[in-house]
Amino acid sequence: MVKRLVVGAHYGFRDWLAQRVTAVVMAVYTVYMLVRIALLPAHDNEAWRTLMAGGFTKFVTFLFALALFYHAWVGIRDIWMDYVQQISLRLTLHVLTLLALVGYAGWVAQILWRL
Amino acid sequence: MAQAAAVKARPKYLNVFLLGIMLPVPGFVSIFHRVSGAGLFLCMPLLIWLFGASLGTPEQFSAYRSAMEFSLLGLPLVKLLLLGLLWAYLHHFCAGIRFLLLDMHIGVDRAPARASAWAVFAVSLTLTVVLGGLTW
Repeated sequence: MVKRLVVGAHYGFRDWLAQRVTAVVMAVYTVYMLVRIALLPAHDNEAWRTLMAGGFTKFVTFLFALALFYHAWVGIRDIWMDYVQQISLRLTLHVLTLLALVGYAGWVAQILWRL
Repeated sequence: MAQAAAVKARPKYLNVFLLGIMLPVPGFVSIFHRVSGAGLFLCMPLLIWLFGASLGTPEQFSAYRSAMEFSLLGLPLVKLLLLGLLWAYLHHFCAGIRFLLLDMHIGVDRAPARASAWAVFAVSLTLTVVLGGLTW
């Protein structure tokens, strides 16, 4: 049996929820990193490298980055949907936004795992 | 007569700009949330580049340092932009927490909603001054 909802904007719920879950992930990470940075023995490049080279820091930083890019995708797509009415231009902007965000994710992974 | 009076009482189009009607504070929080999010998105390449260069090879790290010291007409433009982005991040953060609370039906009445909107501006600006001052 095909379970398909044909009425209402139910498909928006997943993005609404994702926007909030990713926001909480980023908020927790932000506070965690502020505490870690405040507790560093020295505030120089050496200490910064040592902090970011830690396995757990890399892991949570990458999670933060993915949460950020998903969050940005939902938010920026909302902006395009609100202000860009011409459908072909809107589609182009959606695709460019997605491509940029996927590229950023690769870029952040490369920065983190060459450390 | 009664019908004429009813027609007269119908709502009119209000030109909010001409009449000087102000957007309420929660409305400013909302539009700043969108503007700060858009600004952060547009500056993502710069932020990721700075992040990578700060952790890169010695050559990349010196490129990071000269980028941070870039100034024009005596204005440290990159640092000022980063200060603006810090404010954008903190505003987006505080307003986001406020929206999460509203989602949970906390503070939805007019008085607490306005108070929390003022709090978003107060807290994010204070944190910008404190964190910006510490890291400048």
